[in-house]
Amino acid sequence: MTVVAEARVGPPLWLLAELTYRCPLQCPYCSNPLDYASQQQELSTEQWLDVLRQGRAMGAAQLGFSGGEPLVRQDLPELIAGARDLGYYTNLITSGIGLTEAKVQAFAEAGLDHIQVSFQASDPELNNAVAGSRKAFEQKLAMARAVKAAGYPMVLNFVIHRHNIHQMNDILALCENLDADYVELATCQYYGWAFKNREGLMPSKAQLVQAEQEVNDYRHDLRTRGRPMKVIFVTPDYYEERPKACMNGWGNLFLTVAPDGTALPCHSARLLPIDFPNVQTKSLNDIWYHSPGFNHYRGDSWMPEPCRSCDEKDKDFGGCRCQAYLLTGNADNADPVCSKSPHNDRILAARTAADHATAGLDDLIYRNARNSKLLYRG
Amino acid sequence: MTLEKTPKLRRGFRFQWEPVQQSHVLLYPEGMVKLNGSAGAILAEVDGVRPVHQIIHSLEQQFPEAGPLAADVEAFLADAVQQQWIEWS
Repeated sequence: MTVVAEARVGPPLWLLAELTYRCPLQCPYCSNPLDYASQQQELSTEQWLDVLRQGRAMGAAQLGFSGGEPLVRQDLPELIAGARDLGYYTNLITSGIGLTEAKVQAFAEAGLDHIQVSFQASDPELNNAVAGSRKAFEQKLAMARAVKAAGYPMVLNFVIHRHNIHQMNDILALCENLDADYVELATCQYYGWAFKNREGLMPSKAQLVQAEQEVNDYRHDLRTRGRPMKVIFVTPDYYEERPKACMNGWGNLFLTVAPDGTALPCHSARLLPIDFPNVQTKSLNDIWYHSPGFNHYRGDSWMPEPCRSCDEKDKDFGGCRCQAYLLTGNADNADPVCSKSPHNDRILAARTAADHATAGLDDLIYRNARNSKLLYRG
Repeated sequence: MTLEKTPKLRRGFRFQWEPVQQSHVLLYPEGMVKLNGSAGAILAEVDGVRPVHQIIHSLEQQFPEAGPLAADVEAFLADAVQQQWIEWS
């Protein structure tokens, strides 16, 4: 079966290196595992360079340095330089906390291609409350300016939820002011900490409709003014009738390596009851083409109904395995976002809850070591 | 008239050959476009120094069997500007 799979499987074109789970911020929608605090092991510099070499030889061209906050790794310049020498297009995905103008410059000299800076909101008060850090906003502003001054292309990323979804115009004006090349308005995806906090984060349908309208109007305005800033609005799948084609298919393009070397088909897959291989004990080639973990949901022979006989299964692959697992307890099931799913009522219930939610920022469970240990005491 | 203008890749875009994909690609923040043969051949000539008419001349020398290429090259470059891959320097 793995031989058949290998004949069909293309190379992992996108490699995401989650260098660390350490992070100075506490965003309550963090995609890291809830039990991250008990997973403190990190690959060494040499191990990471070896992973990068193997990935590049297999065809990976896009490389993301992420985390946690990748800046806490002191060897980041060395990893950037190594990656650039190998021919990767290198992306640094950062909160901006811990960045300095000197580092921005040093990374450019090492060959870094692009920096993505995340914000939590368009104003300091909300931004810092969500990030759990009093000085975050000012630092982010300064670093976004430094990134542009150094000549990088810049993506600004905002995770959108019910507490900042009213800020579309202000967010886009801020991005324009900072001369962003791309803006990602990424509505929360409910995994990890965001799933834990879903009721306190999920926007209502009315909020979403208004936000989409504001974004479309702003896009139109940008075109009229001849501004090249690109705005990407990632809609929440909880309001769709069909599931997303998650990761463009399981083990199809994306390969994530977690801080401890665990290889995953996406950065959330660690929550699944599947034994994923580790780069410390297996080659990346073996992992991608031959491991049971990566072959688990390739093709469609694993699909139960209603996916099995569905004429859209080649388009959406049955949606997201992590979402199926989180909402139905069985990762084989159709993603409950699909209106054909027998578990679609769970999505409908979440929508109803979002219409009546009253939770404030204080009610969210923030992503920090104390909460991580509390959640996983047993 | 675009013949006298000089195209260059926009900042943040990188053009390179990918052996595993056996094609040229264009890389940019968090994205990649796999280019077909003719798109790859044209972008390989875009160096920010030579104007369009020199690029056309160079391609016609490389691919004599293809005949006149001005219209195809100009159309592709116009599209690449539209896609925000290149700009006029």
